[in-house]
Amino acid sequence: MGKVVAVTGNEAVANALRQADPDVCSLYPITPQTDIVQRFSSFVANGQVQTELLNAESEHSAMSAAIGAAAGGGRVITATSSQGLALMWEMLHIASGMNLPIIMPLVNRALSAPLNIHGDHSDGMGARDTGWIQLWSENAQEAYDNTIMSFRIGEHTDIRLPIMVCMDGFIVSHSIARMEYLEDDEVKKFIGPYQKVNPLLDLEHPKSFGPLILTDLYHEYKRLQHEIMGRVKNVVLQVSDEFGKLSGRKYGLFESYRLEDAEIALVILNSAAGTSKDVVDELRDKGIKAGLLKPRLFRPFPYVEVGQALKHLKAVCVMDRADSFGGYGPMFMEISSAMYQADGEGRKPKLINKIYGLGGRDYMPHDARKVLLELNEIAKGAPVGAVKEYIGVRE
Amino acid sequence: MPEMIEIRWHGRGGQGTVTAAKVLADACLSGGRYVQAFPEYGPERAGAPLRAYNRVSDHELRLYCPVVNPGIVSIVDATIMDAMDVTEGALDDAIFVVNSTKDPADIRKALKAKNTQKVFTVDATSIAISEIGRPLPNSPMLGAVVKVTDLVTLSHLIEEVRKSFGKKFAEKIISGNLKAVERGYKEVREG
Repeated sequence: MGKVVAVTGNEAVANALRQADPDVCSLYPITPQTDIVQRFSSFVANGQVQTELLNAESEHSAMSAAIGAAAGGGRVITATSSQGLALMWEMLHIASGMNLPIIMPLVNRALSAPLNIHGDHSDGMGARDTGWIQLWSENAQEAYDNTIMSFRIGEHTDIRLPIMVCMDGFIVSHSIARMEYLEDDEVKKFIGPYQKVNPLLDLEHPKSFGPLILTDLYHEYKRLQHEIMGRVKNVVLQVSDEFGKLSGRKYGLFESYRLEDAEIALVILNSAAGTSKDVVDELRDKGIKAGLLKPRLFRPFPYVEVGQALKHLKAVCVMDRADSFGGYGPMFMEISSAMYQADGEGRKPKLINKIYGLGGRDYMPHDARKVLLELNEIAKGAPVGAVKEYIGVRE
Repeated sequence: MPEMIEIRWHGRGGQGTVTAAKVLADACLSGGRYVQAFPEYGPERAGAPLRAYNRVSDHELRLYCPVVNPGIVSIVDATIMDAMDVTEGALDDAIFVVNSTKDPADIRKALKAKNTQKVFTVDATSIAISEIGRPLPNSPMLGAVVKVTDLVTLSHLIEEVRKSFGKKFAEKIISGNLKAVERGYKEVREG
């Protein structure tokens, strides 16, 4: 039985990293960095972990150092946010291409310009195609739990991939909420010792990372990455199941909330899913069959399972806290793909896309209510207006 | 007590308002309750008006948005009342706790509080100056808020303040703050 505390999301994640006691933490210590690494640095200074801390001069360098340390054979962490992740972009591909299981909490915040420091998913969605695993978290508890599980998932010898654990900037990262820590020794036992795979520092067995591969085999190398991603889902389920036995908290590929007998539903990530669940309950009390699907594993995306979970619905709104300008919201594209492929008797839910909460714009219960009531009309036969629309806009 | 209590704090940067909300959250964890404490982040400047929020509930808290209909409004700096409507969205049975030297009846008038709403005052700044030596009204305000809401007992609050301040401050500052909490609790008046 763990300890119940009231802490910020950052503090919760920093403690998960402390309990994991990694070999190396490379970090860029200045804005847009969060106090995850500030707190972790204190753990290093106080001797609470054995980690070697590397302060880098940029996020690009922080990720480069993480890659070097992970290739060397260490368990490696870093953390970032917003522009920091954007600056890492080049190196993100190298970490995944070399199969280095680097663990990186990502505090989701908006991208410039204009300058903004608040909660927004544009940073994480921009890293969609970098070959990293992404887990998304509703609150401090989930961010903590996902961080602990991420070591087991990323380091699993079937996959060996870097992994981002996402949580909402400020709304969760800097807000205090109740959550429960596991005991240090429970976490240590759950994560287990680091298994080195082809460490560069094994001087008896020299090897090469990231060599030049031209037209002869690059294509095959990328297909291998695609195949490895295909194994992630089972690893996530297996690790989550084991974690559930330890903690009593159940995690899947996504969370279904009152979805089984629903007619309408929202698909929505992170903290806004929590706010929406209260509204789903409220509408259920009025006889409206509302439900919600909260994705957790965004990369790789569980298309088949999500398609199965949503195909019986009459109308679905996919909520995006990021935009692909000139396209639909990034989550909408995934859900559209999932629904197109979903098997069934031909009837599929009407799909709409709302962009909400950019740059930390509050997502309030009345926003969820408005969207769900619009879905309810669509379910009854009202025509779909604009497929994609911004909500909560000051006119 | 209602199922969920929502508190809105109005203060100015540098008065310890955010700390007060944090300490209250910690104190309310007891008895298996769920808590939240979060400020409205903007440019962080000493003297600039800021808001912070608490939610306390027996059930899991899933709302991740500001409090718009507070049941309790704690005004750590009464000069903010001239700059904005601190009663905005307050419930019909809301409780206002105001740091002021004025009579609670005068503050009730200034707030234009409804008959169904309660108004309390406490001279938190004077208490802070005499007990801590600095005009940091957060500790007496915490005492006053706990007195009028009955969220936790005074002794439990004092224990939490000691724990929270004990990490950062010298014994003299801690004991001054504990005294300030107690005086806020005892000196708050209704009007």
